[in-house]
Amino acid sequence: MNNSVHPAATRPTARKWLAAAAGLAMTAGAISSASAQDTIKVGVLHSLSGTMAISETTLKDTVLFMIDEQNKKGGVLGKKLEAVVVDPASNWPLFAEKARELIAKDKVSVVFGCWTSVSRKSVLPVFKELNSILFYPVQYEGEESERNVFYTGAAPNQQAIPAVDYLMSKDGGDVKRWVLAGTDYVYPRTTNKILEAYLKSKGVADADIMVNYTPFGHADWQTIVSDIKKFGSAGKKTAVVSTINGDANVPFYKELGNQGIKATDIPVVAFSVGEEELAGLDTKPLVGHLAAWNYFQSVKDPANAKFIKDWQAFTKNPKRVTNDPMEATVIGFNMWVKAVEKAGTVNADKVIDTLPGIEAPNLTGGVSKMLPNHHITKPVLVGEIRGDGQLDVVWQTKGLVPGDAWTDFLPGSKDLEADWVTLKCGNYNTVTKKCGGSGS
Amino acid sequence: MPGVVINMRGLFDRIGILLLFAVLIAVGTSASNALAGPYEDALPGFTADSFSDTADSVDKVAGSGSALAAPLLQALKDQRLQFSSAEKKVLIKTADGKLLDAATGQPFAGSPPADLSNVRLNNRLRNLLDAALGSLTLMAADPNKRHDAAQSVFKSRDGAALPALEKALAAEQNAGVKKALMEAKAAIIIATAAAPTADKIAAIGVIRDRGDQDSMALLQMIPADAPPEVITAAADAKAKIERNLTLWATVQNLWYGLSLGSVLLLAAIGLAITFGVMGVINMAHGEMVMLGAYTTFVVQEVIRTSYPGLFDYSLAIALPLAFIVAGAVGIAIERSVIRFLYGRPLETLLATWGISLVLQQAVRAAFGPTNKEVGNPSWMSGAFDLGGILITYNRLWIIVFTGIVFVALLGMLRFTRLGLEMRAVTQNRSMAAAVGIRTARIDALTFGLGSGIAGIAGVALSQIDNVSPNLGQGYIIDSFMVVVFGGVGNLWGTLVGALTLGIANKFLEPFAGAVLGKIAVLVFIILFIQKRPRGMFALKGRAIEA
Repeated sequence: MNNSVHPAATRPTARKWLAAAAGLAMTAGAISSASAQDTIKVGVLHSLSGTMAISETTLKDTVLFMIDEQNKKGGVLGKKLEAVVVDPASNWPLFAEKARELIAKDKVSVVFGCWTSVSRKSVLPVFKELNSILFYPVQYEGEESERNVFYTGAAPNQQAIPAVDYLMSKDGGDVKRWVLAGTDYVYPRTTNKILEAYLKSKGVADADIMVNYTPFGHADWQTIVSDIKKFGSAGKKTAVVSTINGDANVPFYKELGNQGIKATDIPVVAFSVGEEELAGLDTKPLVGHLAAWNYFQSVKDPANAKFIKDWQAFTKNPKRVTNDPMEATVIGFNMWVKAVEKAGTVNADKVIDTLPGIEAPNLTGGVSKMLPNHHITKPVLVGEIRGDGQLDVVWQTKGLVPGDAWTDFLPGSKDLEADWVTLKCGNYNTVTKKCGGSGS
Repeated sequence: MPGVVINMRGLFDRIGILLLFAVLIAVGTSASNALAGPYEDALPGFTADSFSDTADSVDKVAGSGSALAAPLLQALKDQRLQFSSAEKKVLIKTADGKLLDAATGQPFAGSPPADLSNVRLNNRLRNLLDAALGSLTLMAADPNKRHDAAQSVFKSRDGAALPALEKALAAEQNAGVKKALMEAKAAIIIATAAAPTADKIAAIGVIRDRGDQDSMALLQMIPADAPPEVITAAADAKAKIERNLTLWATVQNLWYGLSLGSVLLLAAIGLAITFGVMGVINMAHGEMVMLGAYTTFVVQEVIRTSYPGLFDYSLAIALPLAFIVAGAVGIAIERSVIRFLYGRPLETLLATWGISLVLQQAVRAAFGPTNKEVGNPSWMSGAFDLGGILITYNRLWIIVFTGIVFVALLGMLRFTRLGLEMRAVTQNRSMAAAVGIRTARIDALTFGLGSGIAGIAGVALSQIDNVSPNLGQGYIIDSFMVVVFGGVGNLWGTLVGALTLGIANKFLEPFAGAVLGKIAVLVFIILFIQKRPRGMFALKGRAIEA
């Protein structure tokens, strides 16, 4: 609050207060833009205020941390990196405005940003028009591959489908009945559509699938949790696949705990709950519920141990947790650095052409590779919630899974293929042998 | 082992003596390298750090008949079983942190191995453990433990537990536990395909009388090729349980509606003062709720670090503090911003909205953007069964608490001097000023009261929702809806409005889903306001004059 002692804030009219609030969020960016002009600018487009700040602020810090580390190693191409931080304030149209500002006015070479799919969709035209590069670090619903975007989070085949496979296995509990519960927006709806098609292809009957959507920030879960309980007592092993996003998770898990649904009765596997979300919860009643990601803080690996130590030192908080989108940001950042060094320039076209094939170590002991479809290879881990809010890996894929932009389980998308190296197309139709539409 | 040997001696005297010698020799030699027996054999499986090896070992330990089996499995379940793969040792950590050697049950001598770590569990293992512990603890001294054991056998329906169950049933004195044991036995009989038809029908009767969701699940497992008598009995039982459950489902919806209504009322009751009585469109109301929740968080942090014994009283300590913090912020807002804007609703709306953003960002800067953990005191966690419905303690206490706040506020407005002056200023400002009431002071205090009540609502809401800077935003729309629907300026209207909306929402949700249910309620309110613009209970006040 000290930062708001600002001449504009002395007369408290609504507009000035707003300006002060925005100014407060921008201070971080302003500090780092003081250095000399011969630097490479890196844009950071994550919400620092509004609903999504809870998740995105950490990613802003991660990029700043990576830039700091890289500058200690002498920067890139002999130049220091310089962060330009903007705050799109969880406001989707503002994402496009801020992206334009970053590329056109600040002349950044690359942007790390976005969390929700709708924010990514809103900045796509800007990146295409101004021909820049966006690294998108969050697990998403797939069905997209753009020339200017590199997706370092999981596609559905790198998270949702392996998690369901695990639950169907003997170790996962031989699940026969499925609740697909999600927040009502594009990611859960698309993911659930893919999962429904996948489950049916595995012989699950319609009557054994229950789909449920709730509004953003849903706080009263009593009815839904008791419906799940009812659905789960039909004599077949039941599991919940949760694409519930953001703030609604805490009351959902609290209600599960209070109504006494244990992981041994009805396990919940979540795709959007990680270490950060669990930080706000007493996880003792939730031990055994699952989450599927490509990274967990608890993974025992020297690279991960070093990363956690450096990160906690950088944030000066020995309790600060790490999570999957952070790892995706780290992989993306390292891939970009390697590509720039290989290309010898930050020119967007050259870097975009260099990136496919670039490899960078991930934090779980493997080496991820950028694929021609602009997705990467990653391991898939299923973790169980522990009493201390961390997740314990109980299962993982053998080797790395290549990200598939277009799922094979939906009729419209199974014929499509993305390849920006040989086909130069994000949605090539293998039946008509044509690049469908304008690549959107 | 010795038992077997003695029996044999009764039959074949001489061979028996020889055998006894053999056994003695076997025990003697094995004791020198490792203790033999299925229990001891199972232990190395725990050091492999593999789920399937652990599962095999759990099975072996459960079947070993060793007195050490139950404590070991309990330790595994509580994540107190540790292993060292380097030294091939399995140790039990007691609740007070001492180490026991799992092989002997004696305190572990020597220094603990360096690579000691917990034997890991997954859900399959937890299920196995529950079943195994269930049959092992059927004869425990504590009736609650026996009841839990019977429940786990009911769930696992493991035929192997039947002999132990029969023995426990014969010895059981406690009626409640006996009933649970009978139900567990019935579950096993229903799950065993080979059981005689008459037994099965009797078992179905027992399950029918249990009559809950789990019984339904059990009856649905009866295969279609069972004898026709069994099928009919099961169908009858299912129909009866179904009727029973439908009835309780209605009661449950009513309860859920009441609970949602009480949360709405709690969030809206402060707004009923600032908006309802004073006519200030206070967009920062939700942030007062948030400040109350953060006050609870700070109180719990202090208690956690300095006075851990007081944790169960943390909410009682937080309540007055939250009232003071939110009330003080409210008075500050009224004095610095709102008093210049009386009678200009649009500017008030914008100014308070700006304040809400400033408060959110300030909290974000001070506490960070992530959720904060506010714990439930022990008396607010868990649930109990009331007939066919499950009542969670936190919801129950929130309903009680809302009732107390509502009555206290009504009493304050009705019986205190401040309440009298507030009503006077609301009804006729100039006349109130003329009789010597300092209206500006009353304005500030009224706004402070409304904000303070929002603050104590935050204490309660921190128990069911997440404590993050966005907490308030989720409640502001609902709060306005309740106040407008109930009738501006009337506390009783707010009460009826909140409960109506809560119950309507909960009865719609099972049919329409959460998203459509919410839309339907909103459409209903829009239509209602068209018909009765002043809400259900209209009152003449300053809000209407403005």
